[in-house]
Amino acid sequence: MTVKVVYCGICSFPPEYCEFGGAFKRCKEWLEKKEPELFQKLYSVEALEKATSSLSIEKQEEIERKIQKDQKKNEARAERELANKLSSKIYVKRIERNKRKHVIAISGLELCGIDMKKLAKVFASKFATGASVTKTADGKDEIVIQGDVGDEVETYIVDMLEEKGLDDVKVEQVAEKPKKKKPQV
Amino acid sequence: MPNAMFKKFSREEVHSRSNIKSSVQRGLKAKLIEQFPGLESVIEEAMPKKSQMVQIKCSDKVTLYSINSEVLFFQSFDDPLVPTIKFVHKYPEAFPRVKVDRGAIKFVLSGANIMCPGLTSPGASLPESPGLDVGAVVSIYAENKEHALAVGVLTMSTEDIKSINKNCGVEVCHYLGDGLWNFSE
Repeated sequence: MTVKVVYCGICSFPPEYCEFGGAFKRCKEWLEKKEPELFQKLYSVEALEKATSSLSIEKQEEIERKIQKDQKKNEARAERELANKLSSKIYVKRIERNKRKHVIAISGLELCGIDMKKLAKVFASKFATGASVTKTADGKDEIVIQGDVGDEVETYIVDMLEEKGLDDVKVEQVAEKPKKKKPQV
Repeated sequence: MPNAMFKKFSREEVHSRSNIKSSVQRGLKAKLIEQFPGLESVIEEAMPKKSQMVQIKCSDKVTLYSINSEVLFFQSFDDPLVPTIKFVHKYPEAFPRVKVDRGAIKFVLSGANIMCPGLTSPGASLPESPGLDVGAVVSIYAENKEHALAVGVLTMSTEDIKSINKNCGVEVCHYLGDGLWNFSE
């Protein structure tokens, strides 16, 4: 009884609504590759002819033009976002707490679409330490892990990014030393 | 039911999530069947007895109900339960449907309410008389499209829509591409 609906991998709509999704061109390419049958059904010449609706031609053209304009805008935005994503960096910061004790703070994850809370939990159970999500001074979230586990964290994040197909995001380790107290005169 | 209540909706609006008791789940099921008699034959498949339902409370007294981290229904305060579009896609037979003409799709997908002319023009269709009453939850389809694109609540009975043919006929509360559509746990 359940109906299985295919959803577009680009705009997440059912493919017949892709034309309203804002990335029509990419949607079409995706559909042609993944669901050739459906593509035939939706975009063959006959289907397109049949789809001309009861609206007057002028009105339809106007709407079509508007949609195309929106699409261009949306595509540009999507591209910009992607570029932004790829140029971003993830920082694994090692902060000295007390001479030999360190905590690790990971920032810059928010662009990769990762659930920070869940990841913190994963780290906590993986390293058997405390790990939490805290807000930094500039209002961004970061994961703070107790213990000197910078290298392990780095390899884990790199693997995770690879799985997600975000190989271009760089992961960088930095060390932060506490400011030295000025010697009292 | 506020109009386009999920236009801006994200994970930040979730206040709490909790597993609900099986007795409550049973009650919910009964309520659903009462509201959508067409669901009776598929409800066991959609909400198996053994499944664990999660109640997600959000701001503005909105409550989502999900199984297996897929939102099936939502509710605003004590209003009727409304299925999500993904759920409507799965069990299209179970819900009353109205159909809008092609010109209206674009506006519906940006969250506009549906005006009567969009429901009575040649490309559109409404249920036969006696039709549906004010406040009924309907799934909204479009001319030449197979799947639903929104769900809404009637602000006029369907007979009134046919005879008066002016003003707002359906209040759209959830549509393709809004915050709830993009919401995932």
